[in-house]
Amino acid sequence: MNAVIKSVAYTLTHAPDLVVHAGSTQTTERIVNPESDYLKAITGGLRPFEDVVNYAPNQTYIGGMTPAQLAEIPMPWYENGLPQASRFGKFGEIMPQQELYLLLQICDSFDLVLLETDYAAKAAEEAAKHPMLVELLARAKAGVETAVIEAAMADGAEGLYQDGKLVGCVKKAHSIDENLSAHVILENLVSKATSVISLLNLVKNSGINRADIDMVIDCSEEAVGDMNQRGGGNMAKASAEIAGFTGATGSDLRAFCAAPVHAIITAAAMVKSGTYKNVVVTAGGSTAKLGMNGKDHLKKGVPVLEDVVGGFAVLISENDGTSPEILSESVGWHSVGSGSSPQAVITALVTDPLDKLGLKITDIDKFSPEMQNPDITKPAGAGDVPASNFKMIGALAVKRGELERAQLDEFVTRHGMVGFAPTQGHIPSGVPYLGFGREDIMAGDIQRAMFIGKGSLFLGRMTNLFDGASFVVQKNSGVSPAGSVSEEQVRGLIATALRDFAKSLGGE
Amino acid sequence: MSILANMKVIAIGDRDGVPGPAIEDCVKTAGGEVVFSSTECFV
Repeated sequence: MNAVIKSVAYTLTHAPDLVVHAGSTQTTERIVNPESDYLKAITGGLRPFEDVVNYAPNQTYIGGMTPAQLAEIPMPWYENGLPQASRFGKFGEIMPQQELYLLLQICDSFDLVLLETDYAAKAAEEAAKHPMLVELLARAKAGVETAVIEAAMADGAEGLYQDGKLVGCVKKAHSIDENLSAHVILENLVSKATSVISLLNLVKNSGINRADIDMVIDCSEEAVGDMNQRGGGNMAKASAEIAGFTGATGSDLRAFCAAPVHAIITAAAMVKSGTYKNVVVTAGGSTAKLGMNGKDHLKKGVPVLEDVVGGFAVLISENDGTSPEILSESVGWHSVGSGSSPQAVITALVTDPLDKLGLKITDIDKFSPEMQNPDITKPAGAGDVPASNFKMIGALAVKRGELERAQLDEFVTRHGMVGFAPTQGHIPSGVPYLGFGREDIMAGDIQRAMFIGKGSLFLGRMTNLFDGASFVVQKNSGVSPAGSVSEEQVRGLIATALRDFAKSLGGE
Repeated sequence: MSILANMKVIAIGDRDGVPGPAIEDCVKTAGGEVVFSSTECFV
């Protein structure tokens, strides 16, 4: 039987000082043009936490509002914030930087993260009010004097800043190994911490007993290792340890931005085969991509919108007879020989798997390709990525005779949606709609949705190939394991029996 | 059709638009010579 999407969690972590000190656009600028106007101006373009919480695409990502509701708000969205929005949504939360720094220390098993005494105390005080961080406070360490942090900085540590002030640091983990430099350790710890907060939200959302999770797959884009095995891994197991998944093993799956879709296909196959019962696919986010398009944003008077680190977690479980199924029998993939033209890509990812299922493009109610927020990408000159994808899919439907050319705009509106995910590489890649898609299918609003991830393999210089994969999620067929009736059917039978009983009491 | 005959072409493709190799194929068909081709990811 097909595996199901049992639960999801989405998180964002506000990291304005990491934009300045860890984003690759800024670190590169500091090397090539240290006196640039951009570096002088960037702090003025950063948003306060309240604006990040009130930002409608961020609210959509954590489930505070739907993509359809977001589409009703006029762009630019950064000028039309939602007053009084909550940092917590039904899928997850938006975390402030101070909590992130404490979580970095909680996730650090080698005493590499130092926080200043007063800052650490204040962060712990705030974390004690957090519904999930409170359980991890025992892992936090006492703060240190500023002089200790400054001494570590003189020895190659990366600074942790709050409003520009040094409040801590991440030390290097080896004297000469670049793979364990402070920069890499910071990058990896942020990825781990933002995965952990997503895992904790997933536990809350699903209600699952943590010990019942068998396998965790991390599909982020960082390499964990040392000089002898630069990408050795295993981020998944490291995150699972902090999240308290005592019964779980783990492994990492890397495929640039296509990794989340590859990971969900893999997890679904693992569960369907009976190897594991509950598999979690998770990813933390990227410090390097913070402020990636900051130059274009500031040039156009736009705030530095790439100021959050993304994260998500998805629980894929045995078929429960009610949750939407992942159709493992026909997934899409871009093969080595597929070709790189847009038509070849969409054919491989969309129509080839649909043909095997006997479905037309128009049988997919919602497509979720790369879901980048156009508020971020349009001022940067990268256009509206989701809209371009929906047009390409619709154009192929026209070519196949499944849609009239005049219906193309309507197709884009009906089968697509506005983008709402931060430009964090793998984070916007197909998966942001899994939560809403699950709900829309279970509410009967749609029958099925297709999720598409794409990856820029050529960036690693090992191949010039592009990559992509896709899967379809569909309303549950209602048949639970071993041919027994589903929970939904049992509820229906009980309701009928009670109605009949009530009627008999009424003397009918 | 050799509308690009005797022309040297630099192809800069976009991962979410038309990638470099696809532009290369078009240029070759039109008789041009690709001297540099790259695909960039802007997201």
